Order: sequence, then C-alpha cells, then structure tokens
Amino acid sequence: MFQGLSEKLQETFKKLRGKGKLNEADVTAAMREVRMALLEADVNFKVVKDFVAKVKERAVGAEVLESLSPAQQVVKIVHEELIALMGGAESKIQISPKPPTIIMLVGLQGAGKTTHAAKLASLLKKQGKHPLMVACDIYRPAAVKQLEVLGEQIKVPVFAQAGRAAAEIARAGAESALRQGADVLIIDTAGRLHINEELMGELQEIKAQVQPQEILLVVDAMTGQDAVNVAETFHARLGLDGVILTKLDGDTRGGAALSVRAVTGCPIKFAGVGEKIEALEAFYPDRMASRILGMGDVLTLIEKAQQAFDEKKAAEMQQKLRKQEFSLEDFLEQMQQLKKMGPLASIMEMIPGIGKQLKDVTIDEKDMAHVEAIIRSMTPDERRKPSIIKDSRKRRIAKGSGTSIQEVGRLLKQFEQMQKMMKQFAGGLPGGLGKGKKGKRAGLPFVR
Amino acid sequence: MAGFFSQLKQGLVKTRQNFVDKVGELLTGRRKIDEELYEALEEALIRSDAGVNTAMELVEKLRREVKNRKLTEAQELREVLQELVADLLGAGKPLNLAEPGPTVILVVGVNGVGKTTTIGKLANYFRREGKRVILAAGDTFRAAAIDQLEIWGERSGAEVVKQKEGADPAAVAFDAIQAAKSRQADVVLMDTAGRLHNKVNLMEELRKVKRVITREIPAAPHEVLLVLDATTGQNAIQQAKLFRETAGVTGIVLTKLDGTAKGGVVLGIQGEVRIPVKWIGIGEGMDDLRPFVPQDFAAALFSGLDEAEG
Ligand SMILES: Nc1nc2c(ncn2[C@@H]2O[C@H](COP(=O)(O)OP(=O)(O)O)[C@@H](O)[C@H]2O)c(=O)[nH]1
Ligand SMILES: [Mg+2]
Repeated sequence: MFQGLSEKLQETFKKLRGKGKLNEADVTAAMREVRMALLEADVNFKVVKDFVAKVKERAVGAEVLESLSPAQQVVKIVHEELIALMGGAESKIQISPKPPTIIMLVGLQGAGKTTHAAKLASLLKKQGKHPLMVACDIYRPAAVKQLEVLGEQIKVPVFAQAGRAAAEIARAGAESALRQGADVLIIDTAGRLHINEELMGELQEIKAQVQPQEILLVVDAMTGQDAVNVAETFHARLGLDGVILTKLDGDTRGGAALSVRAVTGCPIKFAGVGEKIEALEAFYPDRMASRILGMGDVLTLIEKAQQAFDEKKAAEMQQKLRKQEFSLEDFLEQMQQLKKMGPLASIMEMIPGIGKQLKDVTIDEKDMAHVEAIIRSMTPDERRKPSIIKDSRKRRIAKGSGTSIQEVGRLLKQFEQMQKMMKQFAGGLPGGLGKGKKGKRAGLPFVR
Repeated sequence: MAGFFSQLKQGLVKTRQNFVDKVGELLTGRRKIDEELYEALEEALIRSDAGVNTAMELVEKLRREVKNRKLTEAQELREVLQELVADLLGAGKPLNLAEPGPTVILVVGVNGVGKTTTIGKLANYFRREGKRVILAAGDTFRAAAIDQLEIWGERSGAEVVKQKEGADPAAVAFDAIQAAKSRQADVVLMDTAGRLHNKVNLMEELRKVKRVITREIPAAPHEVLLVLDATTGQNAIQQAKLFRETAGVTGIVLTKLDGTAKGGVVLGIQGEVRIPVKWIGIGEGMDDLRPFVPQDFAAALFSGLDEAEG
C-alpha cells in the first residue's frame, strides 16, 4: 500500500541526477509524491495543500547540496518544514505560582483521557508534586470507578461526587485540593463529540468554575481527516493550551499530529506510548516528522539500540561484520540483544528502507524461538563454521532442538544469504539494507 | 510561526465554505460534467478517509461509467457514484445465528473504539427479540472494564459471566460458554480488552480465546465482530488486516457515526480485505445501533458534504 517517501522520490528523480538546482518541474513532480505520502499518513487534506504549496516555494531554486541526491534534498526540506510546523520539543506544563495548578483533559470518546489523567498524575508525583484527580465523567458507565482504580494503583487520591453536575464536582474538587494541600488538580472529563452543543457547554462551565492553567486536548494518534474539525471546535470553545497524542505505540503514521497542530497552533506536550502508567513521553517533532513521512524513526532506533546494546559489543560486532567473520554464535548473541529492544516488528519498521520490505512480511516470534533452539543445539565449532554441517549433523541438531531437518537446512541457507547481505551492509551506508534485489528479502531467518 | 498558523487556519475556514458551495452546487446544479467536478468528488472521498488510492480508483471507475452511459449532466453523477460505492461495500449481511443456540459472538478491536458499548447495544437488540443473552467479561485488563459491562448487563437484562480483574480471558470465555449451555442461553456476547493490532503477545492472547471457544462449540464463534471507530484514518486498514488474520473477523461494526467523521476508510478496507460492515453505532445509548445499509452509507458520504465540514 505504501512505499517510503524517500524511495518513491528516488524513483521520481532517477532521471535528474547531478543537477545543480531544483527546478520547478522537478519540484512539482516531487511534491505530488509528498502530497500522497502526507495524505496516506492522514494529514488533513487542506493542511496538506497549504503545506505542499509552502514547501514548494522554498524548494524551487534551492541548491542541491553536493552530498545529497535531489530526492534527498527534497526530503530534507520537507522534513525540516514539518518539524518547524510541529514546533520545538515541548513537554512543560505551566505550574501556577498559586497552587493548585489545575489541568483539565478534554476530547472525544475513547481518546484515552482517563488513562492519561492517571499517567500525568503519576509523572507529576514522581517529580515531587502532590496531585489530586477529579472524576468529572459522570456519563460513561463505570468511568468514575475506572479513575478510582487507577488512583489506587498509583497512590493518588481521587475526588468524586455522585449526583452532581460536572462543573460543581470540579469546583468542589478544587476546594478539596486546597484543604488537602494537593498542588496539582487533574480533571478527567467525559468524552464528547465536538458538535454536541450541550456537552461542549458543560466544558465551558467547568472552565469558568475552576479557571484551569492547562486545558489539554487528548487526541488519538490514529484519527483521520476529521481531526481538524475536532481540534478546531474544541479550541474555539475552550482555548486549548496543549495536546496529548495517544496510542502512538500503534503503527499509525500519525498525521493527525500535524493537522491538530496546524489548526490550533497548540504544542503537543505529551505522547502516550502504551497502556502502562509509565508509558508517557515527551513529544519529539523530529521523530514525528520522520514517522509521518514513512522515513523510519532513525533517532528512536538509535536511542533504543544504545540502551540495549553494550557499546563495546556493538563495536566488536561491527568489526566482525567488516571482516566478514560474523558467525551463528554472533547471530545468537544479536538475537538476545534484539529481544531486549522490544517487539522485533516495531524495531524493523524504524529502520529506513526496510519498511518497504516489511510491507507484507510478518515477523514470527515463534520462528525466532525455533531459530534460537536450533543454534543452541549446535556445537561451538558448528556455530563458527556452519559449512561443516552435513546431513548427520543436521539430523542431530534437528533432534536436539525439536525441529526438522528441513528447518535446520533452511536456517543454514538463510544464514548464508544473510552473510552475503551483511557484507554489502558493512561496506556501504545503512541504506544498503534496503538495496537488496527486488523481490528478494533481506533473508533474516525469522522474517518471511 | 504564528503567521503561518493563522494563515493555515484562515485557509481552512475559507475552503470549507468553498467546498460546501462547490460540491453541493456541482452535484445538484444544472451543469456539465467537467474536470473540476471529478476533482471535487475525489477530494470529497479523500476527506471522508477513503484513502487517496481508493478515491482515485473510484473516480476512475466513475469516468468509465460516464462514458459508457453517455452521461453529460452533473446531476446524474451523484447516483452513479453512490452505486459504485455501494457496490464496493457489497450487500449488508445479517448476523450468522446458530439454530439451536448458543450463538457465540466475539467482539474485538483496538482501545476505546466502543467494543463494550456495542456489546451493550447488541445485548439490548437480542433481548428485545426475546432472546436469552449472556455477556462474557473478557476485558480483564482495563480498570473497571468489568463494572462497565455489568452496568450494560443490568440495562439490557443480560446475565454477566465474569472473573476477577487480571484473570485469563480464555478462562472467562470457557465459563461463559458452559453457563450458556447449562442455562440454554441463545446468545453469548464476548467482550475483550482493547489491543493494538501490532502487539504480538496480545494478539496471541486473542487467538487463544478464540481457540477455547471453538473447542467448546466447534462452529463457534459464529461471528467475530471488529469494532472500528469512524474517526479513524488509514490505520483502520491495518487493524482490519491483522485482526482478520488473528481472529478471523467476519464483520465490522462502525461506531461514532453520530460525529462529523464519515468512516470512509471502510471503502479502503474493502480494497484490501473483504469484510462486510454489519452494524453502525450512532450514539452512546442502548438503542443507538443500526444495521448497515450500503446505499444509505453511500448517500451519507456525499450528502453530508452540503453541511459544514473542515
Ligand atoms: N458518540 C458515540 N460514542 C460512542 C459510540 N460507541 C461508543 N462510544 C463511546 O466511546 C467510548 C469508548 O467506548 P467503550 O465501549 O468503553 O470502548 P472499548 O474500549 O472499545 O470497550 C465511550 O465513552 C462510549 O460511550 C458511538 O457510536 N457514538
Ligand atoms: Mg471495553
């Protein structure tokens, strides 16, 4: 369905290599691809239109840097403009000089407000604050209970009152915060449609009652074209101070981030990246830009890798790659390292150029376990020099690992292919990974 | 920066007005079919979340139809386009019900799309038909998810089979089916925790739930319903693909169509994996569930455009 933008642009620009400046016709062709990429990523139609026009203006006549191909140059400009549009890294909450600081979460149904109330409370608590959560979702069945259970989990008190209007509860919550000495008040509100007059009025009432420092719109990262309508209306009615983008641990490209930012001008202050309470991160516009463009989140990948990999080992590994001494033993070790990094599929997707190959590839963690078992059943000699493994050894290994001779054979063959690929990889840029022959997969044994 | 934002924003307001005038005027007014019209229709489809490729393909088909049928008036286009959309979606399909019961319906989807609410609505629907309904509290993960389902049980008059929070959902499925057999229930509606389709372990868990159901009743689950939020963009296609692979989805419930989102992504889904849409959700109440009618959906896809929309 979707090819990485850089790859598409590469194709568009095949004929244009070596030109000094980007001319209008080149840029127009490139912008068609950019437009498609952004639309596929769910950036709003109109936002795309304006963005593309603006970028085009900047790109026409731009010098092509010597180190870049024209395609790379265009991607660079697009990427920079996207980052600029999404604003600097911003995860600060305005803390009121006169406590309590009041934070109000608003948004559509199912966006993740309640969960994020708890995540925020937990984060602030870790920073030495004393939060109190207020349950103002008086409509959804068991919403109050949900907040109470979460409060118990993170040891943050929850203020709730039955049978009263949301604005009254919010106000009573604020008073209670003063009495308890809580310095942050987090108000969870019911999910509502932006076109529901009555319920939008309720939010305005809550705002009038407690004058929050921060009104944050909680937006599902998977939202499509409608994100602009939602953000625009909430902003017009309430005057938003920021956005929390949720469910970014999915595989959505997340164009809603751009749409919302474009229509409200509000910074995205946090990103929700999982169901666990700790899964709340600062928002990084540069990573989001790469993700929207389908270019692979290089920075995140590098960071994750750094966390998981023992640096010295990584250097050793590189050395081996270069000398082409990479053995099954090393491969096993790398698999262990990879496992520490998280689900394989999500990591592979972050590698530029590999996204395309992964299009309909599934990484089977069960296969991975088989591979591991097979290698573990080999002797050190066999691991270092797989070429000595003939039929009788294969039989023994298959038996030892509870697999079949065919499976052992397949692994050996794939490993051989992989070694070949590694040679290319070690020789060139990381882009080398994506350069494999068309139709031929990189051949990792657990990828098919 | 502020300048750029306000510029964008003004632009948005302006286009909205333009657009409303345009599509309405283009499709209803007495004028000839031209390029501008095709473009406006393609735009309308993209803005409904149909996806760029699907939008282009549909407009391409439209051009061919216009040629074949020798149409010249813009007015005639709307109908043809609606036909094409309805064709793509296929006929609305009723639920596959087991005779004799129990019919087991497994409800799956990502977080917050409306699974539990849809179960409440379906329970109400079956209760009205005089059926005996059991709800299985298979979301043992999210805080207070079980309480939420119990409230729906009370509202609709369905029994709830549950275990403790944190219990194995497959065990809840097992209990629910045993209960259904011994109490001669007609329908079991199985709730599940929301999960993102790219989480391998959570999808495996779902596979296990399904396996347990099939072990107890070979023909079950009789339906596996994927709940999709109409506000979702292109990611819904991934959701459909992966949930179908893991859970063998047999139908889609498209929720939150009471908002301004059009849910056009179900068109994109049909291009990739054929899964019929069976129900739509149009609110948070017990009665806000309707059978899916492709023709109506197609009409709404374009008619709504006469109203304000970004
Ligand atoms: N407006 C509207 N809201 C809905 C609809 N279906 C569900 N919701 C709301 O969406 C939110 C999430 O629903 P829930 O059933 O808890 O989702 P689950 O996490 O998938 O089980 C709740 O606030 C529901 O009231 C619908 O058709 N329209
Ligand atoms: Mg639920």
